Amino acid sequence: MSAASAISETSLKRRRSPRRRRFAAWAPVAVLIALCGVIAGLNPNFLTFGNVVRVSQAAMIPLVLGLGETFIVLMGSIDLSVEGVLTLAAVILSMLVLNGGNANDFGMLAVPAILILGAGVGFLSGLVHVMLKVPSFMATLGVWFMGVGAANALLGGMAIRINDPWIRALAIERFFGFPLGVWLALGCLGAALVIQNYTRLGRHIYALGGGEELAAFSGVAVARVRIAAFTLAGVFYAIGGVLAAAQLGLGNAQIGNGWLFTTITAVVVGGTSLSGGEGGVLQTLVGALIVVVLANGMVLLGVPSDVQIGVQGLLIIAAVGLSIDRKRARLVK
Amino acid sequence: MNAPVAQAALSLVNVDKRFPGVHALKDVSIDVRRGEVVGLIGENGAGKSTLMKILSGVYQPDRGDILIGGKRSRLASAADAARQGIGMVFQEQSLFPNLTIGENLYLGAETQFIRFGLMDWAALYDAARRQLDKVSLTVDPRMRADELDFASRQMVELAKALTLEEQAKGDLVILLDEPTSVLERAEIDILFGRVRALKSRASFIFVSHRLDEVLELSDRIYVMKDGAVVAELETADAEVGTLHRLMVGRSLQSEYYRESLQAPFRDEVIVEAAGLGLADRYRDIDFKLHAGEILGVAGVIGSGREELTRTLAGLAPHDCGRLVVNGREVRLATPAEAVDCGLGYVPRERRVEGLVLFLSVAANITLSALRDLTRYGFVDRREERRLAREWVDRLQVRTPGIDALCLNLSGGNQQKVVLAKWLTAKAKILILDHPTRGLDVGAKEEVYELARAVTRQGVAIILTSDTLDETIGLSHTVLVMRDGTITHRTDASPGGKPRQVDLIKHMV
Repeated sequence: MSAASAISETSLKRRRSPRRRRFAAWAPVAVLIALCGVIAGLNPNFLTFGNVVRVSQAAMIPLVLGLGETFIVLMGSIDLSVEGVLTLAAVILSMLVLNGGNANDFGMLAVPAILILGAGVGFLSGLVHVMLKVPSFMATLGVWFMGVGAANALLGGMAIRINDPWIRALAIERFFGFPLGVWLALGCLGAALVIQNYTRLGRHIYALGGGEELAAFSGVAVARVRIAAFTLAGVFYAIGGVLAAAQLGLGNAQIGNGWLFTTITAVVVGGTSLSGGEGGVLQTLVGALIVVVLANGMVLLGVPSDVQIGVQGLLIIAAVGLSIDRKRARLVK
Repeated sequence: MNAPVAQAALSLVNVDKRFPGVHALKDVSIDVRRGEVVGLIGENGAGKSTLMKILSGVYQPDRGDILIGGKRSRLASAADAARQGIGMVFQEQSLFPNLTIGENLYLGAETQFIRFGLMDWAALYDAARRQLDKVSLTVDPRMRADELDFASRQMVELAKALTLEEQAKGDLVILLDEPTSVLERAEIDILFGRVRALKSRASFIFVSHRLDEVLELSDRIYVMKDGAVVAELETADAEVGTLHRLMVGRSLQSEYYRESLQAPFRDEVIVEAAGLGLADRYRDIDFKLHAGEILGVAGVIGSGREELTRTLAGLAPHDCGRLVVNGREVRLATPAEAVDCGLGYVPRERRVEGLVLFLSVAANITLSALRDLTRYGFVDRREERRLAREWVDRLQVRTPGIDALCLNLSGGNQQKVVLAKWLTAKAKILILDHPTRGLDVGAKEEVYELARAVTRQGVAIILTSDTLDETIGLSHTVLVMRDGTITHRTDASPGGKPRQVDLIKHMV
């Protein structure tokens, strides 16, 4: 037994790198707190309840989209189809519920249909990626444009007003002061946490990010895991589409513009590693809040809007630049 | 043909495997009896790894049978082999660094812990705890794998292989593939102790380069050479010298290495190392490399010779001592600096590190010399093609033309293109890192001939080779390394070549 305790002692000695890792995991939280402190110091309005609600409202869509993207990035892949799925979901939703464009009125039945649609599009991305061995970046780039194209074809450049009270309620009705959509987003976070931590799929996604060949040798059905992850991500993007349509009160083909950038920023700023295997959905919550708080703060402080966009660009590069272990990464493509 | 032993847990009977251009396994038969540790040794390319891959379900044999507990079986995949009780412990890092120990142990076998679609973590970690007890490892299974030292990781791998006890029916056979290469002596003792204690639960196949370890742990030893089993010995009847003679087989054929072409080197010193060291890799390295000299570095895995090679290639800069190249003290922090100093690296992974496969022969040959070919920012295409043609002729590269993609060339011709690249760049020192790995005999001889030809022109070569035979045959001087230091240096002029056994005693 003494030999074994000798082993555990050496293992304690060699823990330096995990400590650095833990620090890296908390760094985004520290950034978020510091950001809030600075903005609140410069403009006390930041901490009013009204502004907190505004921040939460702005964060709900990036959070939900980011949850889906997190699973993909954890595998070491990337999903660019966010806007495509979101747009298609929002447009078809607006056409199925009570609306100003046609006679449909499927009410809340439309929502599960939209989620299935999102799953289907995600499944398609996964299928193309895995079966045709197209890199995820390229497969989802194609699906992005197919989604937006399909939405355009359905609407022909028009916008459809949503009159369904239940959908509108997501943006308007409040529960404990926060819009229902924010609660829905928190529910999604809870679901994502369970999937990440308590299902085989969640484990296998981490394993793929840690080493895909190794995972295959260990008996993980790599292709199935990849397709499942893209399908799951599609569902989250579709929920993002429902929220976006509710917030705007209409569906049009431009509704997705700009969300991809915000989504990826939220994921990487939160600290999920682009090479896969490290990070998770809680990190994405922090990342989404950083992105939204920064934008909100810049508005409060009167920063011109074109500068705001530039700052977002800086933020994503800084986040990735700070988080990459340059010693280990020998080749970057 | 050996009759399968009655009580064998696992037998291979007349197994044959071919790959394009290579007869990897020739009629191989081995038996592993219950509760036995079987040692498997052989030089690189002897077929050990092919054999292990067949046993782990990665490759399928072309002919022959696999008997498990006396019954003919097929191992369709890694998962299938595991189901039939064959587990693996790889030489390093087959654990996921980003997962916990418990997650690693049961990756791919989580079904037993899923209740109503959700993972029952408490049950998984309880089970993991019991597995770790089997190997007497007292760490928390909730720790991440990258928080463990190498020896503990190796124990976790062993524990992972032992999880098959509960899952597989029948006997358990665990393949230990170079499990000691990253371990220190004390850690090796612990590992061996565990393996001995576990003999009541499983049989083992132990593959290692370190003959003394094989002798220490195994009950019986198979020696492989050129794809065939050439000897089967009881450990009691074996010793290091015998094993090595069996592994190497043929006596030295001097003309194979073109010894008559070996010219004496010149007096001019091109590279000098004094007290060179790199933390935890090697230390106190002194040598002088002269123009026209081939300096062979011999040593087993972990001796530090691979890292020394990488230092000279600019891939792992030294952190103490002096390195002088062409009279100037240097520290090679990047491959580009090494190239600027006239060092050309011929890597063992030539398809990855040596050639751009999707570029033409001409583009590859001139890749490192483009600075000399560039006029006013533009590449002089005519001069580029002239140079490429010249080297293709001089080295007799067999290619459809200088515009053919390197992808389509045979291994030997690819190696010639790599050499041509450095000669075009006017490299004065070539670092040959396992230059003949994966080449057939004819291509090997061409590489030897080239090495002789360039040294006669004054180029110096540092050689690390797959076989001791090759190191001795080619080199003017041989350095032997063990545990990071030079333990022996000897002249290897034609007629005065050292014997392998004399070098081996300094290696192990």
